[in-house]
Amino acid sequence: MRSILRFIVLAWLGTGAAHASFNIFATVPEWGALAQELGGDKVRVYTATSPLQDPHHVQAKPSLIARARTADLVVATGAELEVGWLPLVLQQAGNDKVQPGAPGYFEATAYVPLLGKPTRLDRAEGDVHPQGDPHIQGDPRNIARVAEALAQRLAQLDPGNVAYYRSRYQDFAARWSAAIAKWQQEAAPLHGTAVVVQHKGFTYLEAWLGLKEVAALEPKPGMEPTTSHLAEVLATLQREPAKMVLVAAYQSDQASQWLAQRTKIHVVKLPFTVGGTDAAKDLFSFYEDTVQRLLKGAA
Amino acid sequence: MHKRMLVAGASALALLAGPPARAASDADLETIRTQIQALKQDYDARIRALEERLKAAEADAAQAKSQAAAIAAAPAAPAASAAPPTPASATRGLAAFNPAISAILNGQYANLSRDPREWRMAGFLQGGEVGPGRRGFSLGESELGFSANVDPKFSGNVIVSLTPEDTVSVEEAYGIFKGAPAGIVPKFGRFFSGLGYLNEQHAHVWDFTDAPLAYQAFLGGQYQQNGVQATWVAPTDRFLELGAEVGNGDSFPGTPRDKNGAGDAVLFARTGGDVGDSHSWQAGVSYLRTGSRSREDDVSDLLGADAALRFTGHSRLWNASFVWKWAPHGDPHYRNFKLQGEYLWRREEGDLDLASAGAASGSPYSSRQSGAYLQAIYQFMPLWRFGLRYDWLDPGDVEGAGAAVFLASSFHPRRATAMVDWTPSEFSRVRLQFGRAQLSPLFSDNELFVQYILSLGAHGAHIF
Repeated sequence: MRSILRFIVLAWLGTGAAHASFNIFATVPEWGALAQELGGDKVRVYTATSPLQDPHHVQAKPSLIARARTADLVVATGAELEVGWLPLVLQQAGNDKVQPGAPGYFEATAYVPLLGKPTRLDRAEGDVHPQGDPHIQGDPRNIARVAEALAQRLAQLDPGNVAYYRSRYQDFAARWSAAIAKWQQEAAPLHGTAVVVQHKGFTYLEAWLGLKEVAALEPKPGMEPTTSHLAEVLATLQREPAKMVLVAAYQSDQASQWLAQRTKIHVVKLPFTVGGTDAAKDLFSFYEDTVQRLLKGAA
Repeated sequence: MHKRMLVAGASALALLAGPPARAASDADLETIRTQIQALKQDYDARIRALEERLKAAEADAAQAKSQAAAIAAAPAAPAASAAPPTPASATRGLAAFNPAISAILNGQYANLSRDPREWRMAGFLQGGEVGPGRRGFSLGESELGFSANVDPKFSGNVIVSLTPEDTVSVEEAYGIFKGAPAGIVPKFGRFFSGLGYLNEQHAHVWDFTDAPLAYQAFLGGQYQQNGVQATWVAPTDRFLELGAEVGNGDSFPGTPRDKNGAGDAVLFARTGGDVGDSHSWQAGVSYLRTGSRSREDDVSDLLGADAALRFTGHSRLWNASFVWKWAPHGDPHYRNFKLQGEYLWRREEGDLDLASAGAASGSPYSSRQSGAYLQAIYQFMPLWRFGLRYDWLDPGDVEGAGAAVFLASSFHPRRATAMVDWTPSEFSRVRLQFGRAQLSPLFSDNELFVQYILSLGAHGAHIF
């Protein structure tokens, strides 16, 4: 009887503690994918959000608290992207290894020069990020910066596998810089292309490929497009025509389609993160797919 | 001539200016000197601080530039560089240590068909904050909150509530100890108990303007704890949280009893998880044990004379709760659904005195009563939500002579409520709510509320 009860309890709770491997809690899919690239089979990666989820609006769900409890390392974006849920999850989980300030808490934006720092800090401006734009995954060179820091953090926290992490990092970094060179070559014709964005979430992508953002469909970051604002965008496009309108996979493209019906503009749905489209299966195919979709949209 | 006039003028000025200057005592001069000295030191310190900040900023800028240049020159150097990457600079200055400050503005307009003073749930001894509040415009409870890490071992949080009657009350004021072993999170001070689901949340986060009837009948609105709490999350893939509290037991259904040791005890357990990408849920059970000494329920309106019932004894309360949320791919922005329900069961045993016109009579009293609510909220398009709630109470078994005063046969008080709200951003919400309450065979109330909730400053995360 007692063994049956024990079996039921264990089956219900799962086997988090039983795993000997190094547990990584990644807040968004790009860091989950990067941690997997660098950690290989020595780590067990849990990604807290799905690629079709707005990373600004995540709830402190029970499943997240349970995973944060057993994590050895939390990999977050930082720059207040996760401010609405991660502090609460970490506090409730009570895992002192991964509290902010501990070695087990890693923020990617700490290793990347941030763009898009707001000139006016006021909530009347919508969802502004005081420290700068946190969507750094738009530029693969940022992934390289974060990868270097994350590899060192892995080695620091799991010293038994230092050699393993170093060789995986060196292998990844070599393939990554080769891939960046290839993408930059492929995307060269995109330089100077005028684009419209639905949400101001492509700052780093634009900086990387030299795209020119002429308008945003959201009147203020995080606010739904309104008809009056869309009319203004139409007027802007008459003066400054753009090739395409960029929409992240997690957003509805209704407003973009509305615009496309009235102008000769292509709606380009971008994966935004790993898993955002069927083709974006890992970090490499994520950028590959992004570049291909942009080239198709500009054609 | 001119010169003489000037001399004369100067000496006149000296004469005019002289006496007050001479009148200034050495002590005054000393004060002025020290003030000037202090000012000088203050400015020196500020200028030094500014110079240091400037230097640091220049160093940062140079570092960022060189990093950027290095990266631009060689995108993603394949080999790991010797120097470890350093995080970008954090905010400097004393202000960086200020606690996060938030203010919640919460106000309402209420249109109630019955006099709120007659509002009473038939068959229940009442206490705490019950009822729909006042008619017309009212300010609701505005809140001021401060929170910060105290040091590596403690964090603190205080929320002060400003009531429309211009009084101030401490809603929550607690510390959290971060150095406990084995994943235990100890909390101490005043806080909303972990009992049930809704209890821990502040009223401005609730999906309806007012508390469910079961919370009003059994907890006097919301159960506030003055004591210590420890929670522990099991180190497993499945969420399992256990919690225990002991406190002074001052809050309804208890009363202050002037005793050493614990006046109440709360135990709770929660579990939950996800089903696929789009569904998540949580369920919990909790238990409260507390006691009362002369807990008063003013029944003047029932007896038509100045009278009160006073309960002395102990109360035990059980709660079962669940919440289930749906959002396509976990993204609640466009559409989401939330179903939530709680069941409360309370047993009270002791003595009930009826104090009326200076005379008091006591008799043994016991009750077994229950209540529940079920509510559903649907966000059908961005910014707009629609919700329904149904409350009911069961007066159950009540024994005791004094109970005849408030018992109304076997009538079950109940209420149905509908609401629609508009949330232009996560910092603001405007709500329209209509409820129809049938609280006794003779008392039914139509309750209409228009409510606004504005949140200023730091915006903390919401619990699930």
